[in-house]
Amino acid sequence: MTLDKKPILSVNNLQVEFPTRKGNLVAVNDISFEVNEGEVLGVVGESGAGKSITGSSIIGLIDPPGRITGGQINFLDQRIDHLSAEEMRTIRGKEIGMVFQDPLTSLNPLYRIGRQLTETIQTHLHLDDKNARLQAINLLAEVGIPSPEIRIDHYPHQFSGGMRQRVVIALALCANPKLIIADEPTTALDVSIQAQIIALLKKLCKEHKTAVILITHDMGVIAETADRVAVMYAGKMAEIGNVYDVIKKPKHPYTVGLMNSIPKMGQDTEALMQIEGSMPRLNEIPQGCAFHPRCNQVMEQCKKTVPPMIKLEDSNIACWLYPSK
Amino acid sequence: MGPILKVKNLSKHFDVSPPLITRLVSREEKSILKAVEGIGFEIQQGETVSLVGESGCGKSTVARLVVKLYEPTNGEIFFGNQNFSSIKSRKELKPIRRRIQMIFQDPYASLNPRWRVFDIIAEPLRAHGIISDKQGLKRRITELLEQVSLSSADSEKFPHEFSGGQRQRISIARALASQPDFLVCDEPTSALDVSVQAQILNLMKKLQKELGLTYLFISHDLAVVSHLSDKVGVMYLGRLVEWADTKTLFQAPKHPYTKMLLDAIPDLNLSGKARTPVAGEVPSPINPPSGCHFHPRCPWSNERCRTELPTLMDQQQQSVACHAVEENRI
Repeated sequence: MTLDKKPILSVNNLQVEFPTRKGNLVAVNDISFEVNEGEVLGVVGESGAGKSITGSSIIGLIDPPGRITGGQINFLDQRIDHLSAEEMRTIRGKEIGMVFQDPLTSLNPLYRIGRQLTETIQTHLHLDDKNARLQAINLLAEVGIPSPEIRIDHYPHQFSGGMRQRVVIALALCANPKLIIADEPTTALDVSIQAQIIALLKKLCKEHKTAVILITHDMGVIAETADRVAVMYAGKMAEIGNVYDVIKKPKHPYTVGLMNSIPKMGQDTEALMQIEGSMPRLNEIPQGCAFHPRCNQVMEQCKKTVPPMIKLEDSNIACWLYPSK
Repeated sequence: MGPILKVKNLSKHFDVSPPLITRLVSREEKSILKAVEGIGFEIQQGETVSLVGESGCGKSTVARLVVKLYEPTNGEIFFGNQNFSSIKSRKELKPIRRRIQMIFQDPYASLNPRWRVFDIIAEPLRAHGIISDKQGLKRRITELLEQVSLSSADSEKFPHEFSGGQRQRISIARALASQPDFLVCDEPTSALDVSVQAQILNLMKKLQKELGLTYLFISHDLAVVSHLSDKVGVMYLGRLVEWADTKTLFQAPKHPYTKMLLDAIPDLNLSGKARTPVAGEVPSPINPPSGCHFHPRCPWSNERCRTELPTLMDQQQQSVACHAVEENRI
């Protein structure tokens, strides 16, 4: 991290739990990270790692009965994790935008997209109808929808998947937020459309100086889009660093295993490296380091104590292989 | 010895017209969706052949045609020497069906949630009359479960007690029960996490070696395909646009769509090379563009491309359906 970058979001020791009849499930366990102005932070991990819940916590949309049980979320020098629903509503959409995975569920199928866009614009920007509509048309043009002045009056079902996702991005950018949380924005799209959407997101965020938290399980998308990446495992942060360092020189054994298990083009190997076993369910998280049963470099200490997150050069890592100075 | 599977001029059309009354009132034409059109290829014993393409290109339809889950509208399918597609009676189909099995994409939808794993794997054994006594079934099922790195204790459980990767292993065990020669795998790892995918792909490679299996592997993930396949066919809007051995396809693709598809893959080597994403989107298969279906998105299209459909032609190392390639324009 360069020193002149100013963090706009800082998450400190965040804890999110789901109370169940059989006890508390810890979905996010004491994670800390920062997002700087205008940067793209990738949050990567496999199903169940807790990355979506992290995104939902920041924007205040955790599905009940889940709730934040510890830690702090600070956004633009204001603490936001304990705000009321009313207060959060003024921030959501205006300062923090959200792009969900499935554009079919984030757009209301009964309303024309023009109405959905102007609704958000007028809530946060207080423009009159005529100017709000103009703003909406501009946004649609910006995200690459052809003939926006005609398409603005169409319904979501009249758009293809890739086009719908562009509309959702336009919606997220409506009020010029400082931060966008994109949860698997390209997973439901074909690879060629995915490339278009990634290019669009990068361009817009640069132009608007919007920071992005890009949540995905797809390392390829991270490689193309992110400046820094945070790797999550079983509710904890395993490693955070520059995208180049994490992908080319991973430190945490889980990250190493993950990178090696991805088939790469032009690679001529018989077998892919595989990590034995699978990520533990929330009610079966082992003692000590959650990854230790699958780690090929496990030590006695790993089985007993949870490794703290320490700073190592430009990265942060939680692994007993790297003792703090 | 000839190829284990040969497909000739295979087509599948779906009638997606609105109901007759609606059509009469609004004077609409019938709508025919040409999901697969004129596909032809061969697979040799022991090979892994992949069909790649994006959503709606028809690759899953080809998979279902090959296992006769759909009847072809046109064309023929030969399995070994037999004309598979012309056989109508279930009795005659049975011995061939035993030799061709399928693995599906969704590990949560392809196993009956109300059956124990034992019965799921026993189903093909019972259906084909291979083993019927309890002891024999137990032995064979244990053997199959161990082959996919599960245990005999797992046979008493229900599917919901397993993870996605484990369920896919159960699907593989079930597919292997009848000792098939040929497995059709329809995106078997697309729904799985990357590390689980690696386990399943390694398992499939190991089984192919041990049992001499032939795979038809359907996928949209080119990196997975490059790792697993011997030959690759690229499909676009129901047609085969390029066919080559894996190395050639990835190192020297000829068809503009293949080139763009390869270019769209995120670069995990972080080489920093600039990419131009493919323009436009896949058009509707009900009303495909005239001539070459790819022409609206192709930077090399000319008048001939807009009017004349290109045919798959052999070009030294690969077969390509492209006028620009034929005319040596690219």
